[in-house]
Amino acid sequence: MITAFFFRALDGKTWAVLAVLLGIGIALPLLSLTDPSFPLHVPTYVVALVGKYLCYALLALSVDLVWGYCGILSLGHAAFFALGGYAMGMYLMRQIGTRGVYANPILPDFMVFLNWTKLPWFWHGFDMFWFAAIMVLLVPGLLAFVFGWFAFRSRVTGVYLSIITQAMTYALLLAFFRNDMGFGGNNGLTDFKDILGFNIQAPETRGVLFFASAFALALGFLICRAVIASKFGKVLIAVRDAESRTRFIGYRVEGYKLFVFVLSAMMAGVAGSLYVPQIGIINPGEFAPANSIEAVIWVAVGGRGTLIGPIVGALLVNFGKTWFTSGVLAEYWLFVLGGLFIAVTLFLPKGVVGTLMARARKKPDETKAPGALSPIEASQAAEEGA
Amino acid sequence: MSAPEKSHEKAKNSLLYLDGVSVSFDGFKALNALSLVIEPGEMRAIIGPNGAGKTTMMDVITGKTKPDEGDVYFAGTTDLTRMDEASIASLGIGRKFQKPTVFESHTVWNNIDLALAGVRKPFATLFHRTSAKEIARIEEILATIRLTDKKDWLAANLSHGQKQWLEIGMLLAQEPQLLLVDEPVAGMTDAETMETAALLREIAKTKSVVVVEHDMHFVRELDVKVTVLHQGSVLSEGTLDHVSADPTVIEVYLGR
Repeated sequence: MITAFFFRALDGKTWAVLAVLLGIGIALPLLSLTDPSFPLHVPTYVVALVGKYLCYALLALSVDLVWGYCGILSLGHAAFFALGGYAMGMYLMRQIGTRGVYANPILPDFMVFLNWTKLPWFWHGFDMFWFAAIMVLLVPGLLAFVFGWFAFRSRVTGVYLSIITQAMTYALLLAFFRNDMGFGGNNGLTDFKDILGFNIQAPETRGVLFFASAFALALGFLICRAVIASKFGKVLIAVRDAESRTRFIGYRVEGYKLFVFVLSAMMAGVAGSLYVPQIGIINPGEFAPANSIEAVIWVAVGGRGTLIGPIVGALLVNFGKTWFTSGVLAEYWLFVLGGLFIAVTLFLPKGVVGTLMARARKKPDETKAPGALSPIEASQAAEEGA
Repeated sequence: MSAPEKSHEKAKNSLLYLDGVSVSFDGFKALNALSLVIEPGEMRAIIGPNGAGKTTMMDVITGKTKPDEGDVYFAGTTDLTRMDEASIASLGIGRKFQKPTVFESHTVWNNIDLALAGVRKPFATLFHRTSAKEIARIEEILATIRLTDKKDWLAANLSHGQKQWLEIGMLLAQEPQLLLVDEPVAGMTDAETMETAALLREIAKTKSVVVVEHDMHFVRELDVKVTVLHQGSVLSEGTLDHVSADPTVIEVYLGR
């Protein structure tokens, strides 16, 4: 059943995307390990940078799944990303052990600094990788479940839902800023030493983390494709287009929304968990409402409801951001981002990938000419039939 | 305690039974002690001026609106006031909206496939494979609504009349016992109207149908019992000739 589920998703385009992602995932780290004199050598900082983009791409993919296919415009997805990041960060903190400034074998530095004597209950278990890995999925998933259960049952939709997702991430931002929350407050979690016993700064470890990001993105893409290709996916699109019609056909819409929202939150959590070891820090800033909005812009630029679009959009916009903010134009980046959003909405409403796909689809259709009949032609045809 | 039991008793032999149903929105009584009985296998036309409560009545039957008071029973025993849209749809009550509502970015085929009686739960749809029997059923429905040659079209590209038929096809795919059809011929050409009347009469041979319509020409074509609504309750009931001759009906509706 599960194999059939995934097999249905594997058309030529999906294979191509998977091959490209896994190819990059393997090639780039290997090239970074070559001698600097090698003509195809890739500097280490490029691996770190592209690795970060891949995590963003997975976040964008998760936004597209709910927004592009089910019409849920979440402006709080960075919250799930940050929670996944914090779960991983807690594991990495506990790996520091006696190598911290205060050399406390149990308590992370910030707790010693705050004169805490005991590990808070919710930090237990995070010394084990498997536990942290489960929490990466469970915590964002659980928040999405509780949030979605209330919101979708009460039939909160459209702009109201978007606003409360913003409120959710903002509330978490404020909560995580507080020192007594037990997550390092303003400074967050940082100064990581190693992951699964390997030095987190070593180029080899970075290479593996890079591959893991590419693999997670490829897997996320495959899962999304499989969901969309199933009858479940058809129901999602039906909900997006005509929610009450879907109800009157007999589908309990809130169940569908809840399932896809939780799945999407878990994907965002995984993205955050891979982001943190590559960046080396997680702080409450990741909950900032602007981050969630930026993720929505990536999806809009790439093409909503295409799955490939958000990946392309996240890579393009973030490449642009890195390029822009490293030069003299740094101060104008937000204007560029805002301008980009307006330009895409006005001139490329389907996004870059969506527009290309529509163009490719139009070509063969013109020769077959089954295009839309005008209403007059249609009624004439109906009269002839009658 | 005897009142509900009594009405329950009366509901026994009917397919749809509404008794003393009232709904008000901000003090406006959209339905005022409305009572209506549809027998199994019956086709009924419902007419009435704008604001008579036709659409609210459909909302109450399909679970979109909860009545303030009154009884709504389906098939004699099922209390519809306690159920939501999805479970009422699963019981076998299908609804066609006033404005044709189809899934525009799905193909005609997928529109019927989604409506097809069968799996409705998220996990079931996730792993569902369309069976040969389901494919045959979809093809049969496409032939009935004359859209076989357009099965790969996006619903958005259909003409207005074709969308109306597609929506009727989706209703058939649900295999309901009762169809509620809200203004099926609004915006249709005369030829399409006649075809739609024929299609509904065909459907009514095996199912109960309630049609809300403004078009008198169409109602005459259907040739069934007519209920006239006015200000949220039944004003008159009988053949079209009978209600047309009713002085109260002439006064509030037909006379204007």
